[in-house]
Amino acid sequence: MARAVAWRQSYSASHWIDTCAAWLLAILWILPLAYAVWTAFHPTEFSAKFSLTAPLTLENFARAWEAAPFARYFLNTTLLVGLILGSQLFLCTLAAYAFVRYDFRGKNVVFALVLVQLMIMPDILLVENYKTMSKLGLVDTLFGIGLPYFASAFAIFLLRQTFKGIPKELVEAATMEGASALQILWRVYVPLAKPVYVAFALVSVSYHWNNFLWPLVVTNSVNSRPLTVGLQVFASADQGIDWSIITAATLLTAAPLLLAFLLFQRQFVQSFMRAGIK
Amino acid sequence: MKTSFHSLQSISRAFATAFTLAALPAGAQSVEVPFYFPVAVGGPITKIIDQFATDFNKENPSIKVSPIYAGSYQDTIVKALTANKAGTPPVASVLLSTDTFTLIDEDAIVSIDTFVKSPEDKAWLGGFYKAFLLNGQIGGKTWGVPFQRSTVVLYWNKEMFKEAGLDPNKAPQTWAEMTSMAQKLTKKDASGKVTQYGIQIPSSGFPYWLFQGLTTQNDVILANEAGTQTKFDDPKVIEALQYWVDLSKKHGVHPSGIVEWGTTPKDFMEKKVAMIWTTTGNLTNIRTNAKFDFGVAMLPAGKKRGSPTGGGNFFIFKKATPAQQEAAFKFAKWLTQPARAAQWGIDTGYVAVSPAAWDTPALKKYATEFPPAAVARDQLQYAVAELSTHDNQRVTKAFNDGLQAALTGSKTAEAAMRDAQKEAERLLRSYK
Amino acid sequence: MNAQKQAHAWLLLLPALALLVTFTHYPAVATLIDSFMSTPKPNRASVFVGLDNYASMVDDPIFWQALHNNLWFALATIPLSVGLALAMALWVNGKIAGRGFLRMAYFTPTVLPMIAVANIWLFFYTPSYGLLEQAGNLLGLPSKNWLGDKATALGAITAVAIWKEAGFFMIFYLAALQGINPSLREAAAIEGASRWFFFRRVLWPLLMPTTIFVLINAVINAFRMVDHVVVMTRGGPDNATTLLLYHLYEVGFKFWDQAYAAAITVVLLVALATVALVQFFVLDRRAHY
Repeated sequence: MARAVAWRQSYSASHWIDTCAAWLLAILWILPLAYAVWTAFHPTEFSAKFSLTAPLTLENFARAWEAAPFARYFLNTTLLVGLILGSQLFLCTLAAYAFVRYDFRGKNVVFALVLVQLMIMPDILLVENYKTMSKLGLVDTLFGIGLPYFASAFAIFLLRQTFKGIPKELVEAATMEGASALQILWRVYVPLAKPVYVAFALVSVSYHWNNFLWPLVVTNSVNSRPLTVGLQVFASADQGIDWSIITAATLLTAAPLLLAFLLFQRQFVQSFMRAGIK
Repeated sequence: MKTSFHSLQSISRAFATAFTLAALPAGAQSVEVPFYFPVAVGGPITKIIDQFATDFNKENPSIKVSPIYAGSYQDTIVKALTANKAGTPPVASVLLSTDTFTLIDEDAIVSIDTFVKSPEDKAWLGGFYKAFLLNGQIGGKTWGVPFQRSTVVLYWNKEMFKEAGLDPNKAPQTWAEMTSMAQKLTKKDASGKVTQYGIQIPSSGFPYWLFQGLTTQNDVILANEAGTQTKFDDPKVIEALQYWVDLSKKHGVHPSGIVEWGTTPKDFMEKKVAMIWTTTGNLTNIRTNAKFDFGVAMLPAGKKRGSPTGGGNFFIFKKATPAQQEAAFKFAKWLTQPARAAQWGIDTGYVAVSPAAWDTPALKKYATEFPPAAVARDQLQYAVAELSTHDNQRVTKAFNDGLQAALTGSKTAEAAMRDAQKEAERLLRSYK
Repeated sequence: MNAQKQAHAWLLLLPALALLVTFTHYPAVATLIDSFMSTPKPNRASVFVGLDNYASMVDDPIFWQALHNNLWFALATIPLSVGLALAMALWVNGKIAGRGFLRMAYFTPTVLPMIAVANIWLFFYTPSYGLLEQAGNLLGLPSKNWLGDKATALGAITAVAIWKEAGFFMIFYLAALQGINPSLREAAAIEGASRWFFFRRVLWPLLMPTTIFVLINAVINAFRMVDHVVVMTRGGPDNATTLLLYHLYEVGFKFWDQAYAAAITVVLLVALATVALVQFFVLDRRAHY
């Protein structure tokens, strides 16, 4: 017991150092956001001067909101990200299941082919993929932006890995009860792989939320353009950088996510985490 | 594979035609003109362009121009050429005038001369400033209509001039004067740290454009008109580069290393620098945001005055139907009518492209009320074509790399320009 | 294995496989073929040139510089972002003052789109009045042109990448830590095990699957992140921040030299795919999720 107390004492000393380090890092990490908040709420001349007497304003938000139909872009991005994620989860679950539950000729070759895609940078295939899209008549549609991403090698790889770790007994028990292959997938495999689904979802959503070049090339109109293309308004090289409006727009687009995280922080971390990626 | 795609294509084309026909009201055969425009979606300029398109379509019910905003110039050409390679390019687009060689080499555009038939058309084409036509004229043909054009000018902070004991209404007229004034305008704090620089010339991204001001003033042209030969290692070019390098290395009146283009107007507004070189396109921005009195002047003279032109031309794509091309040509003429060009110049800060536009009452009035607006026009007589060759982006990159190497001190001006010239010669070998 | 089962398997695979083939394998094969051809020009049709494009790559100093920069970038971002992510997760998983704030701070890079946030970082690095400069002034440090100096530009770009990645990876570690039974820590405390010992012998092995997941992402990202280079330096000064993907972008979409771009792509693909395949087949045996 005495040893445990000593452990706790040394623990609390180092705990203090930990707290300092954690806060230092947190302040560094939040600086871009803090700067965005400062600049977005103050007139342009204060975008590089930090004075407590600076007047507050909402004008930057008004200008940013004017500059592009952000509400529409937000909707587009949300739909796009949802569409891609939904298709990925569905299609890749089926494919991963095939790799785990069945033995078929050429399985390893097919799997290797799938894995190759992990390392292909999709931007490189821009011209070819644009040709395909225009042949299919899908240029300037949300579906066209998403289609090349509907099947994800990363998802197949992750899910296969997870499915392989699921105890045989559970599958056998379900088979005894007369469940079909798809029922087993739905009732045994999918529920047990939930944390992996969540982890993958986060990767996928954050990738497509940020994707820029492909959506720019394949879209023409406000009806199909995502947020990143809208944010590009402010990358205008000719006029120089106007930080006030950039930060206002950044906050406008990131606010919903930030608020959601603040409000549901605990639930978010816990539900995602329940079992962790194991 | 090819044949199956071809049949697929013809099927989808048939569908597309069926759809367009079905969508049109009976009898109205309107010609579609998708028009790519290099401005970020939704900025103030898009409203002007949208209005142009609406007005033009109203006047010409048989034509439907639809602007598509594609972001920066680079984003726009990526989008246009990608679409072109897939067989579905826009009918018209505004792209960098320096991309003319690329567009010709890709066989993407038709020359404007194809459409110039009547004497009236000829007069129209002859009505532009010669300096603006230069980049679009290759092999005896005109490929681009000047539209969104600019030049480099010098902005100076009058208050700082006063503080330094200089005449606030007199910008430097020569290189020597620019150096000596910059010396007076450079301020240091007690520790010897510079708190205010005399001059800055941005060097990120496309340093060649601003450097071309210096070379033109030093009386040397960087490339031949055919775009097959560069003169990067000409002693005069090296001398001009040495002047730029010395501003920071020797005189300490210019920030060291690479100066970011995007932050330069802000540096000026933050009073961190007394004089800057940047595009006329920045006039409206600086006018709105600078909290002090400033002036705009022509670039100072070396052996003579000079500046490159810059900005975008209006191009018509080859794969469009003849009817679409004619419609686009009509639109180009409509856009550059004096009154409209004048209004465009006032609204955006770009230089109105024809002398006739500057003779309109609106622009005359504007130029009297706000004299800086006319500086760019007056400088046009000294302006030269922006550097442009075959394989343009690659040659320019070799040049940019050389400039940045010299400015960051990793090579001497001479070695940097020798290397750039060697690379340019290698690249251009196949075009001779 | 009967025919019906085989058919089942293929049916399950088919939709995903068809999409993969259409949008990655078919274009990748087209790329491979292009890499042995010359770039088609209207007046010069594409012809077979054998290994010419590969030869010009060997002679291309910018390619080698980009490769060098990218390796440096990868070697810095991967361990640092993963290490910081783990540290952050350990902190905000335990009892610590201001845990809610810390979590949100670490989470911010995930929600701020790179294309916008790169502009903010540009302000931090701006000489004369940027944030680093203002902080440096308070401490009496000399001024520095972070992005405009060949010696510091790549480091500055790398820091942005680490910022973006570590916050994102932290979430995965936090998830994993939440799943670890707290009684393990109690037991370790009673045994008198040092924190380091507890971490190395208990936590680290338990976190292994997460580490692998995060590492795969980190490796992929090290070769895919390019948005911030486009906004902040465009590869400059004098190619000091040119990464492979940026070089590829320039060759493909600025120079329009498809054939050469294809050759670079193929080399990259082969190199990365080899690393990936080896890595995955080894992992497949060792780590079961």
